[in-house]
Amino acid sequence: MKLLDGHGGFLERTIEGMHAGLERAVAAEHSAAGGGLLQRLDARVKVVGLLSLILAAALATRLWVIAAVFALAVVLAVLSRVPLRVLAARAWIGALAFTGAIAVPALFLTPGVALYRLPGLHWTVTAQGLTTASYLLLRVITAATLALLLEFTTPWVQVLKALRVFRIPVVFVAILGMASRYILLLLETAHEMFESRKSRSVGALEGAERRRMAVGSAGVLLSRTFQLSGDVYLAMQARGFRGEVHLLDDFAMKRLDWLALAGFAALAAAAVWAGR
Amino acid sequence: MHIPDGYLSPATCAVLYTGAAPFWYVALRRVRKALHTRLVPLISLFAAFSFVIMMFNLPLPGGTTGHAVGIGLAAVVLGPWAAMLAVSIAIVIQALFFGDGGITAIGANCFNMAIAGALVAYAVYRILAGRAAIGSARRVMAAGLAGYVAINVSALLAAIEFGIQPLLYRDATGAPLYCPYPLSVAIPAMMLGHLTIAGFAELTVSAGVVAFLQRSDPSLLKTTAGRGAALAEPAAGRAMRPLWAGLGALLLLTPLGILATGSAWGEWMARDFSNPAVQHEIAATSFQQAAPLRAPEGLARLSQIWTAPFARYAPPYIRSAAFGYLLSAMFGAGLIVLACLTVGRLFGRKEPAT
Repeated sequence: MKLLDGHGGFLERTIEGMHAGLERAVAAEHSAAGGGLLQRLDARVKVVGLLSLILAAALATRLWVIAAVFALAVVLAVLSRVPLRVLAARAWIGALAFTGAIAVPALFLTPGVALYRLPGLHWTVTAQGLTTASYLLLRVITAATLALLLEFTTPWVQVLKALRVFRIPVVFVAILGMASRYILLLLETAHEMFESRKSRSVGALEGAERRRMAVGSAGVLLSRTFQLSGDVYLAMQARGFRGEVHLLDDFAMKRLDWLALAGFAALAAAAVWAGR
Repeated sequence: MHIPDGYLSPATCAVLYTGAAPFWYVALRRVRKALHTRLVPLISLFAAFSFVIMMFNLPLPGGTTGHAVGIGLAAVVLGPWAAMLAVSIAIVIQALFFGDGGITAIGANCFNMAIAGALVAYAVYRILAGRAAIGSARRVMAAGLAGYVAINVSALLAAIEFGIQPLLYRDATGAPLYCPYPLSVAIPAMMLGHLTIAGFAELTVSAGVVAFLQRSDPSLLKTTAGRGAALAEPAAGRAMRPLWAGLGALLLLTPLGILATGSAWGEWMARDFSNPAVQHEIAATSFQQAAPLRAPEGLARLSQIWTAPFARYAPPYIRSAAFGYLLSAMFGAGLIVLACLTVGRLFGRKEPAT
């Protein structure tokens, strides 16, 4: 008799995915508490600075400018003690695998000046195809690196509160903050549900039965979510919540923050100017 | 489905942020009005649920697995406005903290999945579910199709956004600056995966969870059920009565078919090709393109394989054409009902013994 869901089955993959999500959140919080360069900066400076670099990379129409922004992101990662293996594992490999698969056909499908003909297949790599694939890959990997830097150098709650600089309504920020906290709780609940189901199941199940099990788990989680929402609401009311949302603004700009903000602004402006 | 950074130009992203903003504004106002103090905990928790549901690996027919976004489910349980807020929040958190979807593309992803997806899912669900009872199978089917259609509309929007990039943004050498594929490549490439795997994942989770909630917590389906929907399923016989009456009326009306003259285009028989009247009719309905004087060889050969017992709805042993039509309709409808009952008996869920 074989196990319910062999290696690579949907139960394993779901559990692995949830475990990876939890592990990523813990690693990010741990790294954000470190003593690197970006960790010492005000969250608002990081949000504005890193997002403006992502935007500069998106606007650039020269490959070397995007490559320069990418190099800057790697330098910032090193100065912030975010190991390169973390960048590789959590940003680069995924981005290269996914976008690489999308970019490769563009080498042959984009019309332009022929560069190389693949022997046997008679497919022609064009100069324009190579350029467009490079644009796509470089932009994706640069943006993924900068986004990961924000995640790994700033606690979640601070990132969300820093979004207020973009005039996002306070109620949105409050919902984002609560949702991000309850994601971890629901992830853990779902993870435990699947683990317990896996540990008490023997024998092979048919596809329809496995589907019923997966959607049943989703249904249970949905019911629990509503129940939890009611409990949280009562707890909030008991603490005096009457619908008005207030956020504690504990940010304070120091000299280093102003310097960093100026640095980010200068670098982003230079990248936009050089890349136009 | 989550568009990463780098695939869309900043201008496209800005347009889609601008397109999404009014929907967020209206959604926030409407949901706040309806929920008041419950808004924050309910949307937060459901956003967290949407996030987690996107991590579920769903076993699909054919042995593969797929991820669902849960748009259909969110629209069915929360309604379109709260659903678009909850799914948007989940998308923002995915982009900011999990690297799934780009930060510059948050507006595009929210517009495609949370906004268009939720509105389409809700419309499909309400149209198909009508006033059916909350526990009815029709609601399960409606929820599944709502999810399927919504994810495909979202994918189509994303494909159009990808496909217009090479038309609008190229460098001096003509190389596309962002997504390199035109509409002719982007749309089939996106839709192929969504019409099959992703669509069925969405259908499975929407229909499956709604079926589950019908048994375990039907009150969660009341929000979007409409005023006429009752919690309990009416007695099966009574609910089916209008359908049986409609079927009976249609059977009685079948002799109307003999009022139509000629044959339907493309439904010709082999012997029709040698009939000058039919030849003339074929030419008249085919832009004066004359049909061959003899039946095509393949048609002539294959038409010998099977001879229908009720050919042309008029069995040769019945003289009245109207009665022949009626008999054929009763026989055909009876066969279909029998087949449905057999399939239902074979694959239907057995009621647990009480």
